[in-house]
Amino acid sequence: MDGTSQAPNCAAPGAERAAAPGAGPGSGRQFLTLSGQPVKAVYRPEDAPIDYARDLGDPGRYPFTRGPYETMYRGRLWTMRQFAGYGTAAETNRRFKYLLEQGQTGLSVAFDFPTLLGYDSDHPFSDGEVGKLGVAIDTLADMERLFEGIPLAQVSTSMTINGPAMVLYAMYLAVAEKQGADWRQLRGTIQNDILKEYYAQNTYIFPPQPSLKIITDIFAFSSEHVPKWNTISISGYHIREAGATAVQELAFTLANGFTYVEEGIKAGLDVDCFAPRLSFFWDIHNDFFEEIAKLRAARRIWARRMRERYGAKDPRSWAMRFHAQTAGVSLTAQQPENNIVRVALQALAAVLGGCQSLHTNSFDEALALPTEQAVRIALRTQQIIAEETGVTNTIDPLAGSYFVEALTDQMERQAEEYFRRIEEIGGVVAGIEKGFFQKEIADASYAFQRRVQQGQYVIVGVNKYQMEEEQPVPILKIGEDVQRRQIRDLRQIKRSRHRRRVSETLRSLAAAARRGDNVMPPLLDAVRAYATLGEICDTLREVYGEYREQAIF
Amino acid sequence: MDRPIRVLVAKPGMDAHDRGAKVIARAFRDAGMEVIYTGLRQTPQAIVDAAVDEDVDVVGLSILSGAHNTLVPRIMDLLRQAGLDDVVVVVGGIIPDDDIPALKAAGVAEVFGPGSDLDRIVEFVRQAVRERQRIG
Amino acid sequence: MAVTVTPQQLIEALRAGDRRALARAITLVENREPAGEAILQSLYPLTGNAFIVGVTGAPGVGKSTLVSALIDAYRQRGARVGVIAVDPSSPFSGGAILGDRIRLAGSRRDEGVYFRSLSNRGQVGGLSRATGDIIHVLDAAGFDVIIVETVGAGQSEVEIMRYAHTVLVLTAPGLGDDVQASKAGILEIGDIFVVNKADREGADRTASELRHMISLAPQGDGDAWKPPVILTVASTGQGIDDLVAAIEQHREYLKDRDTLARRRRQLVERHLGELVSERLLAALQRAAGDRWRQAVDEVVARRRSPADAVRRLLSDVDVLAGLAREAGSGGGDPVEA
Repeated sequence: MDGTSQAPNCAAPGAERAAAPGAGPGSGRQFLTLSGQPVKAVYRPEDAPIDYARDLGDPGRYPFTRGPYETMYRGRLWTMRQFAGYGTAAETNRRFKYLLEQGQTGLSVAFDFPTLLGYDSDHPFSDGEVGKLGVAIDTLADMERLFEGIPLAQVSTSMTINGPAMVLYAMYLAVAEKQGADWRQLRGTIQNDILKEYYAQNTYIFPPQPSLKIITDIFAFSSEHVPKWNTISISGYHIREAGATAVQELAFTLANGFTYVEEGIKAGLDVDCFAPRLSFFWDIHNDFFEEIAKLRAARRIWARRMRERYGAKDPRSWAMRFHAQTAGVSLTAQQPENNIVRVALQALAAVLGGCQSLHTNSFDEALALPTEQAVRIALRTQQIIAEETGVTNTIDPLAGSYFVEALTDQMERQAEEYFRRIEEIGGVVAGIEKGFFQKEIADASYAFQRRVQQGQYVIVGVNKYQMEEEQPVPILKIGEDVQRRQIRDLRQIKRSRHRRRVSETLRSLAAAARRGDNVMPPLLDAVRAYATLGEICDTLREVYGEYREQAIF
Repeated sequence: MDRPIRVLVAKPGMDAHDRGAKVIARAFRDAGMEVIYTGLRQTPQAIVDAAVDEDVDVVGLSILSGAHNTLVPRIMDLLRQAGLDDVVVVVGGIIPDDDIPALKAAGVAEVFGPGSDLDRIVEFVRQAVRERQRIG
Repeated sequence: MAVTVTPQQLIEALRAGDRRALARAITLVENREPAGEAILQSLYPLTGNAFIVGVTGAPGVGKSTLVSALIDAYRQRGARVGVIAVDPSSPFSGGAILGDRIRLAGSRRDEGVYFRSLSNRGQVGGLSRATGDIIHVLDAAGFDVIIVETVGAGQSEVEIMRYAHTVLVLTAPGLGDDVQASKAGILEIGDIFVVNKADREGADRTASELRHMISLAPQGDGDAWKPPVILTVASTGQGIDDLVAAIEQHREYLKDRDTLARRRRQLVERHLGELVSERLLAALQRAAGDRWRQAVDEVVARRRSPADAVRRLLSDVDVLAGLAREAGSGGGDPVEA
């Protein structure tokens, strides 16, 4: 197959124009992007008919294709933000401090599964999961320890939390309060993107309707009290990781974003009051140009919709800001050191695509949580791109490339086609209930796996260039004693707290939820009283019910 | 008539990563097997109850959360208690090499890590079921 | 291990509540293995006590959630519940992914509930028969209520629903043209219509559309059953008590009017009819041998009409003599044409 590309091309001149899309000159093989889109041998001006003002605009100008800010990395580099968390709060606190010492510029918290699903560490279902894939948080006391010695007024913190986002957010605000930090100065993000949970990341608790209501509560509360906080990070990352193509990631994520905007408007909020605080989160996979085109298309689609459909007037509502993470799913357990190279190339795509913050995966993450050494290499990768390669000197350097512009246009068109289909089936929530997204993603994921299986897509070290014997790399293991220690501490808190205050605050939380009031104020009272995450979520489960998955094959 | 192999594909514990489980479920289906998919967040007891009710030949467990050392031995124990010693159990997911011997000692037939070849998994399962039936 | 257990032992064990024996027996019956046939024969006198509820509706209306809620409701009333959930198989591989268990309340362990996922294994008639046979096994195992759940599309689903005493047809508001779709074929088999997800916008409209459609259906005599429309929110349990009450009413109605007995008779007649035609066909094919293939060829070549070909076959003395011989000997699968 590789030999054929060396063969002389004896076809008549111009033959490649008539050939099937994606066919290379003189070659019987299809050239496809990672997502299966055909790619032509050569792109010409007619493939990318760009009206500069309409389709691109300068950086920081509508439709923001070239970037949300006028100065981009010349003004300020992206935030280097490594997702971290394991074991107890004290252990993760140490990792945070290490990362800050190494030059990281923002924090990003990974929670363990019991926390993500709203269970306490001593719940029977949590057995074996405590502190394993992230840090265990049961009460405000854990949150206090997690940020001990880290001034929240000065650092920006991102928290990957969805089902119980409002609880962890309340805990964060309570810690800030104790540190004497002004809420109005706090910067950070809660993921809080529930829609994709139902079809990609699966850390939902409540059904869609009450979950959306809580999200609009957070919008309203934050615009008044925590104005610099990103109240939601509308995430394509998990959609992609669940097996979606780049176009599906683009389209489904934006469709979710539109839904949040519509919910906010329905709840009576002015779109320009909350839209500037919406942020996005994209996955950066192996196909270099496809990823860059996706990011540029995303900004353009968002700007157009926000202005034209939702009538936003504030340019900050039009400009999409986003975090990016290199694709976890692209990491291989085979020859794991190769992942360092993959991550570097993906990170470069994220930067050329104009990200505002970036997480680079560690090379050992297909095996376990990353070791300190692996995390350091990942962070250094960003630092090398930022400070050695020169790619930050100019903004959106790929603009005007026939291929990149054609791909950007094409992805926009394909996303629009998906929006039309989603509208037809009655919107995102109806799509979830009918299993539309689940099925689209599962189909794409299986089709890709088949391509890998048949060697049509090469993964170095997995289906090509394999090695018989591989050198094992050292991995991080989370001891089983974490769970024991966490439960011991939790019991200690439960004994020492003011029991009546706990039950009173939980009761008023339930009452507020039943009445449909904003849940944030009673939630803050409950976490201040050291009510546990599990107690709070159980209280709300009583009111809202629990969601059960829709699996469609 | 050759009856189809029945496989239970289960996600034990809290792990939310289901891409692999769904891919392997389809691969089993496309190999002519009947796959009972339990969905996420299954307790060991629920998985074993499903294996009994559905009279499966194979139980496939997908775990990427690191809880395998707790959950897998418990499931193996409950399977034995339920009298399902003849069921072939395979585990897929992120399982450190060091943990594999203990899982196999607990009765797991094979562990498949990230990047495992689908056809190899299917063939392994087919072969293992054939062997157990011969012994049975 | 199954080979060391006799059908009789299996029956005793499953009657004593051994779930594993029950599951094995169902497998044998589903696969139509000789032991399965033996089990069915021995079990048959023990059947006839269960009440069978069919649940059908398009994807996304919440069938599995409703079934889960019905299980809970019947358990609270002390009934033991068996569930058969049928999903289509892949037309390419014959394999299937059966995902209906997902909705079963996960952590609860209950000896009074048995749930079995069934693939239609690509055969329309065969599916209906396997389902009927499995219903018999669950019935003999002492389940008071047996719920049969299928996707409400296609011939096979309608066929299966004939086994049910009471058929629930589910819809939900905001799922587009489901009511429209349900007109075709499903409407006449529904004894009770359920508008699930009734907390949604448009539930009342969906319900009134259904009532309107039901009113247009041909009316029976004065006290004929008029299918009620029940609104439920299966995820919260809202309306489930009303639904169970409606099912009970229908059951009473069937009893009062002797309809239950009549339905059972019809079912038996159908069942016998299916068995007889299956056996006779197999016997005829064996008896006719080459003449069967010839008949097929002739019809394929348009030299004869199907009816004509059959007439010829059945007037062939040799074939008829062979048929008498073969039909008496019983058993055997039909040969491939």
